[in-house]
Amino acid sequence: MRVRILYFAVLRERAGVAEETLDLPPEATVADALELLGGRHPTLNALDASVRCAVDRAFVDASHPLADGVELALLPPMSGG
Amino acid sequence: MRLRLTLEPLNVADVLATVTGPDAGAVDLFIGSVRDAARGRRVLRLEYEAYEPMALEQFALYASEAGERWPGVRVAIHHRLGACAAGEPTVVVAAGAAHRAQAFAACRHVVERLKADAPIWKREIYDDGSHWVGQGS
Repeated sequence: MRVRILYFAVLRERAGVAEETLDLPPEATVADALELLGGRHPTLNALDASVRCAVDRAFVDASHPLADGVELALLPPMSGG
Repeated sequence: MRLRLTLEPLNVADVLATVTGPDAGAVDLFIGSVRDAARGRRVLRLEYEAYEPMALEQFALYASEAGERWPGVRVAIHHRLGACAAGEPTVVVAAGAAHRAQAFAACRHVVERLKADAPIWKREIYDDGSHWVGQGS
């Protein structure tokens, strides 16, 4: 399956891109995606506990299963307001 | 429009107008703005970015939560994107209710939720560098 990855703020700087696609096996979870992305971008540090994830704009934890066509956003520590 | 992300300077009167009315005996207002110093350094400006579709959905969620906990409350959230100079407002939250207890409580609830969970990021710009707030030293 193919998912769309979105990066923001410091993670976008580390990845060097704002978005990209990732191909994954059918049963893959968010954790699997983060591991693969860490291999693609060595300084990303996406598995750090301070990074939150959202799938199709809803917060999820690392065990959340992915599906074809979803949008996985990697959210570094937020500072709105 | 009650829930807004904008590159334009915020207009507090416009935000208030979305929650006031003859049924609102009380309106509580929060304004966040850019401080000119942080961690001992002079801040020239802040730059804000957001995961915009999710941020707007989160704003709607906070407003909905307030409406459930304090029935009849109206909530507005306007947040800046882009560059904001020292002294400029970066977020305005307003809550209108029949009575002040609900207005105070709803406004506070929304501000705290926004600060904890809204996918929005600010970068402090100094004259000799910059720093994503929340990223540690």
